Amino acid sequence: MEQRFDIAVIGGGVVGLALLRRFAIAGLKCVLLERGSDILSGASKGNSALLHTGFDAPPKSLELRCMKAGYAEYLRIRQKLNLPLIESTAIVVAWNEAELTALPGIVEKAHKNGIADVRAISQTELRLKEPELAKNALGGVFVPGEHIIDAWSAPLAYAHQALAHGAVILRNAEVTDGEFTGEEWTLASKQGKITASVVINAAGNFGDLVEAMARPSPFAIKPRKGQVVVFDKPAYKLLRAIVLPVPTARTKGVVLFRTAFGNLAVGPTAEDQDEREIATCDHDTLEKLKSRAVEMIPALAAIDVNAIYAGLRPASDQKDYVIEAVKDRNWITVGGIRSTGLTAALGIADYASQLYEKNFAKLPKKPPEPIWTPVPNLSEGRIRPFMMGGEIVCHCEHVTRGEIAAALEGPLPAGDMGGLKRRTRAMMGRCQGFYCSAHIADITKGRFDGKP
Amino acid sequence: MESHDVIIVGGGPTGLSAARRLTDLGIRNVVVLEREAEAGGIPRHCGHLGFGWQSHRRLWSGPRFAEELRKSAKGLDVRTATTVIELSKDGQLRVQGSSGISEMKARHVLIATGTRETPRSARLVGGSRPQGVMNTGALQQHVYLYHNKPFARPVIIGSELVSFSALLTCRHLGIRPVAMLEENPRISAQRPGDLIARFAFGVPVRTSAKLISIEGRKNVEAVEIERRGKRERIACDGVIFTGLFRPETALFPTGLPSEKFSSAGNASGPLKTSGECWLQGAGAAQDIARRLA
Repeated sequence: MEQRFDIAVIGGGVVGLALLRRFAIAGLKCVLLERGSDILSGASKGNSALLHTGFDAPPKSLELRCMKAGYAEYLRIRQKLNLPLIESTAIVVAWNEAELTALPGIVEKAHKNGIADVRAISQTELRLKEPELAKNALGGVFVPGEHIIDAWSAPLAYAHQALAHGAVILRNAEVTDGEFTGEEWTLASKQGKITASVVINAAGNFGDLVEAMARPSPFAIKPRKGQVVVFDKPAYKLLRAIVLPVPTARTKGVVLFRTAFGNLAVGPTAEDQDEREIATCDHDTLEKLKSRAVEMIPALAAIDVNAIYAGLRPASDQKDYVIEAVKDRNWITVGGIRSTGLTAALGIADYASQLYEKNFAKLPKKPPEPIWTPVPNLSEGRIRPFMMGGEIVCHCEHVTRGEIAAALEGPLPAGDMGGLKRRTRAMMGRCQGFYCSAHIADITKGRFDGKP
Repeated sequence: MESHDVIIVGGGPTGLSAARRLTDLGIRNVVVLEREAEAGGIPRHCGHLGFGWQSHRRLWSGPRFAEELRKSAKGLDVRTATTVIELSKDGQLRVQGSSGISEMKARHVLIATGTRETPRSARLVGGSRPQGVMNTGALQQHVYLYHNKPFARPVIIGSELVSFSALLTCRHLGIRPVAMLEENPRISAQRPGDLIARFAFGVPVRTSAKLISIEGRKNVEAVEIERRGKRERIACDGVIFTGLFRPETALFPTGLPSEKFSSAGNASGPLKTSGECWLQGAGAAQDIARRLA
């Protein structure tokens, strides 16, 4: 099938979906090509799901600009899309004297970044706020605006909204080749040929490889692995704020954070690797993460581990995001979007739309009110479907048969078991499918056969 | 609010046995809450022989034993597809059912929520996360409840009694495990477990073999093990994590909320057979009847 579009987005992660949403709402004919059997198959599936203020982002960076815009837009639209917000706050905690001396610098940077409510707190105030933290926590920087969301319902909502505005999402559609005539692109994909006036590269961990279709890539992807250990539900009560370490040059380090699903997690590590697709865990690192978490919150020693996972974030050799238009190639590059991409996605989409207007064509001045496509709620602290009744299939996470059925239907049904988990939380709890995985395999029999 | 003399949480061998005995002892208002669509507990999906001896002096399969349990509970108030969400101190429960959430209370609540195996995650086993990694419980359900063959040549991790149940379960659908791996120098189950494994199934039991990681993109392709200081790779297409049972205490992670609650069977650990659970359920019923008298 050969189809003609205004815009083809390559990559169905949170950034690609936010881009698709933005241009589809603007009235353009858009298609998204995703190589995996479902959206969020790459970097986006393992995001830590924190909504960042940008207080610690590089000053004056594009990353900061996109994060701030993305943060603001998320708060603006979240209720219309039924997206969660767990108002957790964050504290950068100093665990020794050296780290304590670094705190004023963190506050100063935050203020420079325009996050005015960030302030240093004393050990006394820290203890009042987080009584379960170990006694050797000496003080901190309090960041009231950092929050917890979930990594999957936002991008799913963006996808649904784009679809409602006529966009097409093709899965199992790895782009294998691209040809530019000087007017338009023809992309060869595993789902056939696609013709589009402008291509947006949002290919995440494959970004530099895709970029090579248009030009020598100005960035090289350095996949960065992050392993995470997730503690069982009783741990949720032990912490309110996201506990951040005092940063080093390389990474923000290991974070302690609650999840929207009622757990508490520690991670991610930052391990560079060449492999772009598979992120493996290793026992020793998981043990270390677990003991580090227990050092920070001693009461965690008594709590079981629920889940372990490793994600891959598309870090690059560049210090900042690489978002630019290549005018003579009808191409927009969106590369090197690190873990901040979940927060920044909507801001990135907005920035890319400005690049589009500057370089390619005007967008309608005032688009009509978009169609809102609320997604099912996945997060704790809000009404969840089981509370309304129905048969619970996944007992650990209280997922109903109705939720599973709904995730297998509609305009973007789950494309694989991972996609079903990300739409429902099923099998992600303490028993990891001991009770329900066979039942769910039975319910989904023949559903995941690689359709677009 | 709905109110009862005794609410039993869990309709497996312990819970059903306790309900039967309580009723026989003259406690009238007893209700069993079972979250699955059918009562009977874990034996429902243990399709092989080995059940019923301690309780009934018979040798039955798990499903047959579960059926006997349900028969013995005939006429009792057993509510399936009913999930207890939360316990509170005064003997009150938040309960989910087909029509939503409601509150129930009882003079006494018996927790009989059973047990489950430790999954891969809690064992912190490294590697990738392909399909085909599961506990015995899930395997049994695949095989006996849904007639589904999730893999053809898995490795079995562990050598407890349940590990041999996993072997029997595999055999039912012609699944040929390539090895049974035990971290300790000796197998955990008593003889003749190892002999059964070797001679009845032709499955090599390898002791002192520590699972390091699981490999595979979409499906399991191999496991890496360490044995006597040497790493080695075993090709396989599935991993069955067996045993390391832990009581299902999700409802009371920091202990039972008050005197109005007690637990019995596998929810109160250590691991018991279904027959022992049946006996313990009856014993718990005696205690409760005495307390309520």
